[in-house]
Amino acid sequence: MSWFLPPGASTFAGDIDWLYYMILIMTGIAFVVVEVGLIWFLFAYRNRPGRKALYYHGNNRAEVIWTSVTAIAVIATGLLSAGVWDDIKGRESVPAGAMMVGIRAQQFEWHFKYPGPDGQLGTADDDSTRNQLHIPVDTPIVAVMTSDDAIHSFFVPAFRIKQDAVPGMTIRVWFNATKAGKYEIACAELCGLGHYRMKAMVTVYAKDDYNRWLGDTSRRSASASESSSVAPRPVAMNHEGGSH
Amino acid sequence: MATTATTLDGIGAHPHVDAHHDSFVRRYIFSTDHKIIGIQFLLMSLFFLMIGGILAMFIRWQVGFPGKPIPGGGVLPETMAPGGIVLPEFYNSIVTMHGTFMVFFAIMPLLVGVFGNYLIPVKIGAPDMAFPRINMASFWMAVPAGFIMLAGFFVEGGHAAAGWTSYAPLSANPELTGVSTGQVLWSVSLIILGLSSILGSFNYITTIVNMRAPGMNWFRLPLSIWSLFITAILVLLAMPVLSGAIIMLLFDQTIGTHFFRPDTGGQPLLWQHLFWFFGHPEVYILILPGMGMASDIIANGARKPIFGYTSMVIAIMGIGFLGWGVWGHHMFMSGMNPTLGTGFMISTMLIAVPSAIKVFNWMGTIWRGNIQFHVPMLHSMAFVSMFVIGGLSGLFMASTPVDIFIHDTYFIVAHLHYVLFGGSLFAIFGAITYWYPKMFGRLMNPFWGKVHFILTMITFNLVFFPMHSLGSQGHMRRIYDPTQYEFLRDLQWVNEMISMAAFVLFASQFIFAANFILSWTKGERAGPNPWNDNGLEWSLPSPPPHGNFAVTPTVYRGPYEYSSPLVTEDFLPQDLKLEGNRESAAHAAGH
Repeated sequence: MSWFLPPGASTFAGDIDWLYYMILIMTGIAFVVVEVGLIWFLFAYRNRPGRKALYYHGNNRAEVIWTSVTAIAVIATGLLSAGVWDDIKGRESVPAGAMMVGIRAQQFEWHFKYPGPDGQLGTADDDSTRNQLHIPVDTPIVAVMTSDDAIHSFFVPAFRIKQDAVPGMTIRVWFNATKAGKYEIACAELCGLGHYRMKAMVTVYAKDDYNRWLGDTSRRSASASESSSVAPRPVAMNHEGGSH
Repeated sequence: MATTATTLDGIGAHPHVDAHHDSFVRRYIFSTDHKIIGIQFLLMSLFFLMIGGILAMFIRWQVGFPGKPIPGGGVLPETMAPGGIVLPEFYNSIVTMHGTFMVFFAIMPLLVGVFGNYLIPVKIGAPDMAFPRINMASFWMAVPAGFIMLAGFFVEGGHAAAGWTSYAPLSANPELTGVSTGQVLWSVSLIILGLSSILGSFNYITTIVNMRAPGMNWFRLPLSIWSLFITAILVLLAMPVLSGAIIMLLFDQTIGTHFFRPDTGGQPLLWQHLFWFFGHPEVYILILPGMGMASDIIANGARKPIFGYTSMVIAIMGIGFLGWGVWGHHMFMSGMNPTLGTGFMISTMLIAVPSAIKVFNWMGTIWRGNIQFHVPMLHSMAFVSMFVIGGLSGLFMASTPVDIFIHDTYFIVAHLHYVLFGGSLFAIFGAITYWYPKMFGRLMNPFWGKVHFILTMITFNLVFFPMHSLGSQGHMRRIYDPTQYEFLRDLQWVNEMISMAAFVLFASQFIFAANFILSWTKGERAGPNPWNDNGLEWSLPSPPPHGNFAVTPTVYRGPYEYSSPLVTEDFLPQDLKLEGNRESAAHAAGH
């Protein structure tokens, strides 16, 4: 039973994991201090013949100390978090020149769209795949997310990224994978009876491999038939994803 | 008979009127006596607690042993579990209904309905509630709401399956779940229950403001009453928001409006904002009364005045006030403006402060006490130590970047159960055991009480503590079959272990049930004040008569004067008049 986060494979993993461990240590200390204090008091001041409790109504200095220590700790956590949050989800955070991918969620599938040679999403030369996302390593990807029916949530544990896809809204989310490999994509928001099997796979390629995948025309015709068995053919996969 | 009863109600149950003139139905079924109504709520909500518990067992079976038939599950209909194997759609209904029953029909009525009704008049020295018949109406609206909610299991298409939070459009559009009647019954039931809660809450507020005995000024109120008072204000302001939102949802479901349905121009996030604008104050509705009652019991168990009474009261108010500004922390991943997320993160961090103040004050209360380990005290100390875990785990989700990873995972399942089970339910077990002798005149068996406590404490932690670990590995919540995912397969043994512990946890509750039922007739007779407590209710016979106080008591001091140097006993009742003016001098010396 592990308390360490699973291996990360995106640029967000460093900051998010650092914050997680910082909060784990901070709350761990508070947990030990309070629980040990409680158990100690319960033992030390247990009922004994002849013992009389101290008639004591409180101490303002103690109140001020523990109130301000707590307030400082939580506000500091909030301020540290705010910067990281802004870098990941802030409206201005998407790097210029990030590669566009369309994500359309549907009960209970993920549809991915890639701009064709014109570099624009939503034009006739777009490519599409179902339940398979293909991206190059070390490249900022900005996903434009929509949903056809219920609310779904795009969750890639290894990338430390999660974003709801809401019908009627177009939501942008970006990430940058740092390790080639295959990683699982999950739906994290209850979306109906097939929610538990609404999964997909993201394949992160080394840059050359990605260009080869992109140039493979047989893929396009195959993906048009929306077969999920489409495999990235010419790619030599040397890295298994560190997602488990 | 009818005229007698009407007169009796009309004048607010004068103590000199002999309650024996009422018929059985008037006394025990359609009663206007706040104590009977409290006990009625107790029996109703314990029944629904059991229903919620059974549903939890279904969840644990399926998650621990996906695809395996439930032992004896063959009796379930084909539409739910053919051959005893739970269907995905039935699983979603179970998850939805476990949350719905536990939140709305078990924990909330246990805290507010039971103890709000039972304790407020007897603790403030009043003969009854300000509006006894409205109080009766409140209970008799909750009962049909419960039956309507249960009925959903027996209708075509199955029960509501969009989660207890009923996120639109899944809840608003029957095509997305295949559930139509079940979801409508869910809405109707909660609208009725909401009205019941509103009726109860303004009754509590009016009673506390207007009907306190002479001398019971605001800063002599027990913390249980303070917390129930703030809770009642939260209920009064939050419930109408939920009711309004659910009425809109009901219209979407039935008459083709489109408040929340994007296919016809609606806005799904509006539902989330409305739901959580109710839902987060609701979280504090579900914990504040537990905090208050645990404070009463801890001071009694430690035989010591509560540490920092004033800061406790301010903390209750602070939680009640800040609780209105944190709802967006449920929506960090929803697509809401991220700048809003930062604001909600800071307000959420701030609300940790009053919670921490309360924990430190409870520690201060037992420090240098003379601690009696009676069963209510054990449960109250468990409440404090488990609430600490629930509070600290909340910081992970409050931090927006960390929430990106653990949102909608088992981490939040662990967190909310540490607050609602480890917190609220332990406080409820403590409070039931504590006030049982006042309600029924007999004590619950202390030996079996301790057995139940120890088993519950151990298995509760075995069930919910490992869920933090599952969440830290990214294990999603509300997943019918986790083995579908490769990255979750290695964690399946944890799910199995949790499920085994959950079965023992569930079985242990029958000890409490048996103790509760058998002590009613076989328990040791309690006498008026079995715990040597200072509260006004302990000056009354157990159980107190209709109308409570034969003579309205006068209050001379606060409720926590334990181990006072003024008397040889280690307690000093609120209504006991001492000779001379030693009182104020001694109180000053105690600071």
